[in-house]
Amino acid sequence: MRHSLIPVLVVVAAILAVWYVCAFTLNSAWTKDQAARAGVETGFSELLADTMSQERPRLPAPHQVAEELWKTTIEKKITSKRSLIYHGWVTLSSTVLGFFIGTALGILLAVGIVHNRAMDMGVMPWAIASQTIPILAIAPMIIVVLHSIGISGLLPKAIISAYLSFFPVVVGMVAGFRSPDPIQIDLLKTYNASRNEIFWKLRMPASMPYLFTSLKVGIAASLVGAIVGELPTGAVAGLGARLLAGSYYGQTLQIWSALMGTAILAALLVGAIGLAQSATLNRMGMAR
Amino acid sequence: MESGPGSEVASAPTDNGVGEPIITARDLSLSFQTADGVVEALSNVSLSIDRGEFVSLIGPSGCGKTTFLRVVAALEEPTSGTIAVNGMSPDEARRARAYGYVFQAAGLYPWRTVAANVRLPLEIMGYSREEKEDRAQRVLKLVDLDGFGNKFPWQLSGGMQQRASIARALSFDAEILLMDEPFGALDEIVRDRLNEELLSLWRETGKTIGFVTHSIPEAVYLSTKIVVMSPRPGRITDVIDSSLPRERPLEIRDTPEFIAIAQRVRKGLRTGHSR
Repeated sequence: MRHSLIPVLVVVAAILAVWYVCAFTLNSAWTKDQAARAGVETGFSELLADTMSQERPRLPAPHQVAEELWKTTIEKKITSKRSLIYHGWVTLSSTVLGFFIGTALGILLAVGIVHNRAMDMGVMPWAIASQTIPILAIAPMIIVVLHSIGISGLLPKAIISAYLSFFPVVVGMVAGFRSPDPIQIDLLKTYNASRNEIFWKLRMPASMPYLFTSLKVGIAASLVGAIVGELPTGAVAGLGARLLAGSYYGQTLQIWSALMGTAILAALLVGAIGLAQSATLNRMGMAR
Repeated sequence: MESGPGSEVASAPTDNGVGEPIITARDLSLSFQTADGVVEALSNVSLSIDRGEFVSLIGPSGCGKTTFLRVVAALEEPTSGTIAVNGMSPDEARRARAYGYVFQAAGLYPWRTVAANVRLPLEIMGYSREEKEDRAQRVLKLVDLDGFGNKFPWQLSGGMQQRASIARALSFDAEILLMDEPFGALDEIVRDRLNEELLSLWRETGKTIGFVTHSIPEAVYLSTKIVVMSPRPGRITDVIDSSLPRERPLEIRDTPEFIAIAQRVRKGLRTGHSR
């Protein structure tokens, strides 16, 4: 823990330093402009102070983002439309639903691919093709099509999440199900084990490390999917809606705090899967 | 064979029919299609193995010794020729659970404890819970691993892992134990010890053992019959019936009798190669 803490802190400090320098450089143009219009001279210290506290900076300084985050999470009531927790919850619910759909779909496809030659040859190219289509292009269509058949609300966004998250699960689980040594499969054959037994006794447990790695990628993709799903609907709630509204009104602070909120949410989700991973692998005796 | 102490482990019919052929292969051939053309892994192999025998297959890589074992276990289909196990086809014999197979790598499942690994075949074969426990305990004791049942495989040395895999193969009382270079990856000292243990295990259980090896001393020390094979195409060049007694201390390897058999094996390997 100690060993990893110092490098992490150094990197964070470096990022913050670069961020501050960029904020100063990018925001100073506006300050100088204002000063020139007012016909006053600004010294360096005034310039610095102003670039760090503009209302609509080109690049908000880190402390401004932190302040905005604090205001919109801790100080606002959760039910408020301005609460980032409220918006985060909206996005989180469709992320999680989509993640479960995508994971289930991914595992089912992987089972099919491993057991059926036709699926092995036929499914993978389509799965890969599905991921080459820009999600921004397909998301509005999914929403519109589902809306026209009467499905709206959580599910369309969840489906976009699922669309993004099934792929890492398919790829990871196919590799996982195929990870046992040939001799381990031969061994089960000498016991006259059925394909079913080979799957449950060998392939499934052997794939566990692969599963969790896929899930980590999948949950992050789900979050992206949910946010992208919120953009074309003109959604009124969700982190995506916050981003969109922020960019409409030039509210850079709102955009950056929503971005930070998203990043924190993603970190929490991936962290939760990491915990499930170590708990499971520990219990299986596979964590060394 | 006399039913020695400890023969209760082998409740299989080991005491009757000793000396009768249990595995009979006639004109067995098997060829693979590879990128470099057809490889004849086995060419006209005829071999008869009697019940209760300890038969070693020895030869250089590519001589078909492993392939032969895999054909016996119904893991490979011969291209031509016939093979009968207990009067059945290998596949039928497999369904009758006639084989315990031990591979070169122990191949224990890392997510199962040693005891749970030993119980694996029993689970598939549908033994009751008490029976599974019972048998796991019994075979672990047989291979000198009692007390290690709750350990995970990575907590065991290579030799202990291979012993656990032998226990796993013994757990369901298969009549025939097929071993594919089980000690090939172990060092000499551990190997000697396991050879000794395997011999006493064979004497106690009266199983028929098919054993693949690279090592001449190992083959001579263990076997009642040594089958010398050579590659391209894979075939049998010599079959030697050992004159050594069943009771074999390690020192038997220094006797003139042992050395004479080893020389004959070596000669068989050489002639096979020069052809």
